[in-house]
Amino acid sequence: MIIAVASGKGGTGKTTIATSLALALPTPVLFLDCDVEAPNAHLFLRPDFEQNQEVGLLIPEVDEERCTFCGECANACQYHAIAILGKKALVFPQLCHGCGSCTMICPEQAITEKLDVMGVLESGTTKTGIRFGRGVLNVGEPMAVPVIRQLKKWMESEPEQNVILDASPGTSCPVVATVRGADFLILVTEPTPFGLHDLRLAAQVARELAIPAGVVVNRENGAYPDLDEYCESESLPILLRIPYDRAIAEGIAQGKNLVEVNPGFIQEFRSLFMKIQGLCKH
Amino acid sequence: MKIVLTTASPDIESEIDPRFGRGAYLLVVNLEGLEWEAHPNPGVNASGGAGIQAAQFVTDQKAKAVISGDFGPHAHDALNMGGVSMYLYGDCRTAREAIESFKEGKLRQVGAPTKSDCDHGHRA
Repeated sequence: MIIAVASGKGGTGKTTIATSLALALPTPVLFLDCDVEAPNAHLFLRPDFEQNQEVGLLIPEVDEERCTFCGECANACQYHAIAILGKKALVFPQLCHGCGSCTMICPEQAITEKLDVMGVLESGTTKTGIRFGRGVLNVGEPMAVPVIRQLKKWMESEPEQNVILDASPGTSCPVVATVRGADFLILVTEPTPFGLHDLRLAAQVARELAIPAGVVVNRENGAYPDLDEYCESESLPILLRIPYDRAIAEGIAQGKNLVEVNPGFIQEFRSLFMKIQGLCKH
Repeated sequence: MKIVLTTASPDIESEIDPRFGRGAYLLVVNLEGLEWEAHPNPGVNASGGAGIQAAQFVTDQKAKAVISGDFGPHAHDALNMGGVSMYLYGDCRTAREAIESFKEGKLRQVGAPTKSDCDHGHRA
């Protein structure tokens, strides 16, 4: 089963929930930190990284000996990442999406592709036996999606394995690339107007991708009826509520996850997993 | 000699458009007889690479110079490689005024990008 964890709003506790769930699940578990712009799940799961691989996009390189400067590549490129300027060909790596259209369309076969490194994939195992993988986007690179896609491919899961995907905040392309293909989406929210606003957006992503979803309310501090009403009206089950608790905050600040702060949470996360299994059967 | 100007409307009497990649029209002017042609800027609604698209247009026209209000890094690199000289409007308000100033050699030529970034986010 593949479970993705997203939130809309940042800082609601995606990684707290994702890492704690991973620790409560029966092995084998594969955990992928797909928040490649700011990966932090390793702080809570503490894997020993053993392998790494550079990743990026295949960008065009033009052989000006063969090029007739016909401009078909520039016409084909939707991103204007290649231009033919008189008798010169110019590639803009930062605009290239690596689609390969220019290479395919070149009548002279003057274009070859070379890897433009955007980041690195790293994998290892935690002391508790969780297989852990993450992508790290290089600073200054704004396109996270290729790194996320390649992380998911690189760490391909076994059919019987439980997989946890920790998404980035927001609802844009990196989140879609992370949650696509998941069997279930956990939406972590906080009981604030901001949390609820972004939960609505994240729930739309789940609906658009036809992924069954449920909500975990983090830092619950008294009643916030708007959230419960919204979840009910959208048939989004609230699967777990985590209280606003100083002991948890102190633990997180020391790099502990919920099951380390309070082992009682193991049972809570197992029952969360069973609820998800039940919801996926329908 | 052919030059290109970014303009707000398709006319040689038009006000200038200070944006290069996203300016409304590209006015192609032959300096000898002042014949002109206005083309809608192909990059005006592009999600990215507008400056490159406009630079591609300018080089395809075999223009030797281009006048605008700003040249971003991509547009600058592309025009530079295409052998097109870049000039700034300065105080000119209309295309005709800019053409006169250009002929008199009063416009400032650009040797480097005049702004560090374009108007929306993309890689670097």
